[in-house]
Amino acid sequence: MAKSTITPRSDLTLFLAFTAVVLAMPIWLQPFGAAYPDLMQKFAIFGLFAIGFNILFGQTGYLSFGHAAFIGVGSYATVWIFKLMTMNVIPAIIFGTLVAGIFSLVIGFICLRRTGIYFSILTLALAQMSYNLAYSVLTPITNGETGLQLTTADPRVLDGAAEAGAGIPPTNVFGIEMGAWDGLFGFYFCAFFLIVGFYISIRITRSSFGSMLRGIKTNQTRMMYTGLNTRPYKLAAFVISGMYAGLAGCLMAAVDPLAGAERMQWTASGEVVLMTILGGIGTLVGPVVGAAVIKYAENIFSAIDKSVLVDLFSFLPDTLGTFIASVVSLFVGKGWHLTLGLLFMLVVIFLPGGIMEGIERIKRRFFDKTQKDGAE
Amino acid sequence: MSNILEISGVNLSFGGLKALDDVNLTVKEGTVHAIIGPNGAGKSTLLNNIIGKLSPDTGSIMFNGQSMLGVQPHQINQLGISRVFQTPEIYTDLTLLENMMIPLLAHRDGAFKLNLWSRGDQQADILDKAHHFLDDVNLWEKRDVIAGSLSRGDKRRLELAMCLSQEPKLLLLDEPTAGMARADTNNTIDLLKTIAGRGLTMAIIEHDMHVVFSLAERISVLAQGHVIVEGLPEEIKGDPRVKEAYLGGAEV
Repeated sequence: MAKSTITPRSDLTLFLAFTAVVLAMPIWLQPFGAAYPDLMQKFAIFGLFAIGFNILFGQTGYLSFGHAAFIGVGSYATVWIFKLMTMNVIPAIIFGTLVAGIFSLVIGFICLRRTGIYFSILTLALAQMSYNLAYSVLTPITNGETGLQLTTADPRVLDGAAEAGAGIPPTNVFGIEMGAWDGLFGFYFCAFFLIVGFYISIRITRSSFGSMLRGIKTNQTRMMYTGLNTRPYKLAAFVISGMYAGLAGCLMAAVDPLAGAERMQWTASGEVVLMTILGGIGTLVGPVVGAAVIKYAENIFSAIDKSVLVDLFSFLPDTLGTFIASVVSLFVGKGWHLTLGLLFMLVVIFLPGGIMEGIERIKRRFFDKTQKDGAE
Repeated sequence: MSNILEISGVNLSFGGLKALDDVNLTVKEGTVHAIIGPNGAGKSTLLNNIIGKLSPDTGSIMFNGQSMLGVQPHQINQLGISRVFQTPEIYTDLTLLENMMIPLLAHRDGAFKLNLWSRGDQQADILDKAHHFLDDVNLWEKRDVIAGSLSRGDKRRLELAMCLSQEPKLLLLDEPTAGMARADTNNTIDLLKTIAGRGLTMAIIEHDMHVVFSLAERISVLAQGHVIVEGLPEEIKGDPRVKEAYLGGAEV
């Protein structure tokens, strides 16, 4: 029969292993050609986003299609602090996360009146509204299509007056610039939040609160007739995941200080759903793995263009080579979403539990084999 | 003995169908009260009114002297009414231990408590109680099993343990032995007898007369949404109106 054995000890092991793997990314990602700061920052930021999303979707069973809105809110709030107060990212991140939390409290309060598909549609609608508002009436705050950018004329009251003729100062953490250590500082800064976020998600998952969330996912009727008021639990889960998303948005702005409405588009909300499902819904590590795989694949496949393919298939007869290259080219470059779609379909059909289920299966096969070997 | 539950003059219609027709029913504290009647008599509907799933058109439902009308289902439970459903309502994706933890936490911490940090399975009081109540139904050995993989009888026993762990003042049971094998039924009867012996008040809906007459101290017979007879088991056994309700007036 299905058994589960989770102890504080095994969680600690998991956390330490996770931390080690994340911190060593610049080393072990070398052979994959992914060990440059830009991409590793994306892994960390989207990993964090997916961890938070999983608390709502994986644990509580509420599929939000509007979480990118919180990324956008976090980004805008952060850039405003850069403009008005200081280029030190710490206050900006705290402020941005709080604003995203308040925003998600409002959105969650409205959307959680419904369950299932209606909840998803409501979140989608509200997120699209936010996106469109950012382009229209909220232009004074969001700067519309251009996006919110820093200028030399910004007050930055805490940083003191800039010297005349100086450029826009870089984002920093108490003086250490984001681009320091050949850009690795920016990565380790994001990685720090990823690791802390991962630890918090372990604690939440194992807490009494986590049990309640899983109860809501499995049987809300029983919860109700067990004397539990499910709404505040759901709202808390929604706000927590909204704050994770907000923090991810803050980090995006911290490493690249501008904010645009495109971050709030529904495709961005859909992406985090894909990440979570691809990695493994409800697992602790899965969402991070899913985020990394998708960002890595995006990086690889979107960089390939037709001329690369023609070179690749040049060993074939001319017409055949061009033909194959033109077919394959549909799946790379701008069309890399086709590849993603295929990958996603394969995973959902053959591995409904995502990549983590695949790893579990391999582990089980391996362990069964060693057990048999031992018996012989 | 005082009346723990007083239902008086309850009416409920679904469109043109009168599901409950002037129902009067009183459950005395510390007794086992059976509600019997043919299919569609309104027994489950009556329970749904007590737990706040439905609310009556007219009439009153008093629990310990407090009206239950307009009270939220979770509040009704917090006041001390637990229900075992006809099809077990358990958390099928979770382990038995976690299934037990949720009602125990609800009992200890109330309808909502934001406890993000402490592990539920590391809290000694919760764990002890989970042990105690799972032992009661012989399921402690299976505490790490996922509840969905249990047999039907075990699922029912788990749900019973979950309800008992809340130490309710009134336990409602909706056909607790439906679909059980004879041996399982007898085990359940013994278990319920033990629980009743501890002084827990129970209202039980049951079709199996063997179960009813083994447990009940008082019986109400419901037919077409109306309580036609109420009395001691011996009185009910011989009552012609009961036979008529079950057999539709045919000569026996």
